[in-house]
Amino acid sequence: MDLNFLDFEQPIAELEAKIDALKHVGSDSQLNIHEEIQQLERKSEALTQKIFSNLSDWQISQLSRHPQRPYTLDYISRIFTDFKELHGDRAFADDKAIVGGIARLDGQSVMVIGQQKGRETKEKIRRNFGMPRPEGYRKALRLMKMAERFKMPILTFIDTPGAYPGIDAEERGQSEAIARNLFEMSKLSVPVVCTVIGEGGSGGALAIGVGDKTLMLQYTTYSVISPEGCASILWKSAEKASEAAKALGITATRLQDLGLIDDIIPEPLGGAHRNMDAAASSLKQALVKSLNELANIPDAQRADKRHERLMQYGNFVE
Amino acid sequence: MSWLEKIIPSKVQWGGERRRSVPEGIWTKCPSCGSTLYREELERNSDVCPKCDHHMRIGARRRLDIFLDAEGREEIAATMKPVDRLKFKDSKKYADRMVASQKATGENDALLAMSGSLKGLPVVAVAFEFKFMGGSMGSVVGEKFCRAAEVAMEKGCPLVCFSASGGARMQEALFSLMQMAKTSSVLARMSDRGLPFISVLTDPTMGGVSASFAMLGDLNVAEPNALIGFAGPRVIEQTVRETLPEGFQRSEFLLEHGAIDQIIHRGEMRDELATILSILMKSNAA
Repeated sequence: MDLNFLDFEQPIAELEAKIDALKHVGSDSQLNIHEEIQQLERKSEALTQKIFSNLSDWQISQLSRHPQRPYTLDYISRIFTDFKELHGDRAFADDKAIVGGIARLDGQSVMVIGQQKGRETKEKIRRNFGMPRPEGYRKALRLMKMAERFKMPILTFIDTPGAYPGIDAEERGQSEAIARNLFEMSKLSVPVVCTVIGEGGSGGALAIGVGDKTLMLQYTTYSVISPEGCASILWKSAEKASEAAKALGITATRLQDLGLIDDIIPEPLGGAHRNMDAAASSLKQALVKSLNELANIPDAQRADKRHERLMQYGNFVE
Repeated sequence: MSWLEKIIPSKVQWGGERRRSVPEGIWTKCPSCGSTLYREELERNSDVCPKCDHHMRIGARRRLDIFLDAEGREEIAATMKPVDRLKFKDSKKYADRMVASQKATGENDALLAMSGSLKGLPVVAVAFEFKFMGGSMGSVVGEKFCRAAEVAMEKGCPLVCFSASGGARMQEALFSLMQMAKTSSVLARMSDRGLPFISVLTDPTMGGVSASFAMLGDLNVAEPNALIGFAGPRVIEQTVRETLPEGFQRSEFLLEHGAIDQIIHRGEMRDELATILSILMKSNAA
């Protein structure tokens, strides 16, 4: 079993392995092997299409944290030019679980901020699995205020299991750090576009997620609690995660239907991890489009419009 | 066993039921020191144990009743009720949990909001009903909080919030999460108008409530020994695989780490906040 593929991706993995093997044999240049490869590739594509046309919420949740999925820095290097990473909250430390800095998007100056996961074990630990501590959120806020000062749009990339639940994080005011960002982001006078690129894990995600537009890549999730967490509390068993995922309605399509997000960014066949360049170009298109739309709003009205939008969220009767 | 339990036959005394499920009883037991307390005396003492000073959890209506002046109270958004938009069902339906909580508490949802006065100073106050689904924040809590803040802005008066909540309400999923942004945004507006918001953290204030308006007070104050934090102690223990330090996430711990301004005893809350607010509002009313 290939660990870089999820269990429902295994049939694709097997076909891909065969294709790879044939390609090696194929160097002996026999004509029919080339044809064989093409046939297998068509078959793999059809199979991928079939599997991906009917994904369950739980499968999408697994895709959103696929070990091969592109992370914030993967997108930054493909979408922006002149990215200069800026470090530290100026008070305590530089949290590696959040990266940020200035860059250009098609020549336009922007501030980019996102949670960052690691791919190899060492890097995963250095990035704390994408779980920020208070200093990470405070660094993000520092950069947002800087962006406001220099009138640069802010683009945030959400990809976290949640804010770090640790002793040190609590000591340094995890709650306050998140709350402060919500408070300040609601007032920013520059355009803010927030995109979920992987896992949108609760308050830890929202802490860089208050903006004028919320976008989600096709196979990402955004939720008040992880399906496993929800299942273990409400169903008293983490095994019920797939049921919880469905009940919570955490996918992009569901959240768009509920009016909680603005747009869904299509991913290449088989998910962003199968073709990072294509995923990045799709994301870039969506960002440019969003910024163009937001450019028409006068700066003085931005915060009011954002506030009005937030005030609409909720269901109740009187 | 206390002397009282020794002299009264158990059947007569408790009818075979646990005492804490009989709130109307004459006697009650302090969950902290175990003393048997005379209910009337306990109530006179604002539900603080006269023996060990343990601050017991109290309901929203009682909370505002002991806080606000008796005259001129007006409930805000009294008829607002939750809606199960997602048709959420776990082991029970959300719709059923809602009704059960409404019956048990007599409240429509987990937040009560009132305008009134505090020693003559106009204020708007909100309080959580922890017995309503653990004081969890869904759409109604978020919306009511915002309405209360709007009333305070109309009146040009301070807002005081007594939190007691496990966090965001899972049954309203992402709508609950968005209430964090919504309530924080309304506080940003209040702050721009120079109106004070005082957040009183009571036992327990966790998760999405603590990570939004509850930590955004111009003053954050807490009752003694309240559990306050972002992640629950169990989750933290499982994550870091360490025993948590003594007093972790309690009011005194937060004061020590600079997260709150003061710890105020329930019996002094009215006097203290009246003075603080009258200073901030430059009023001589209190």
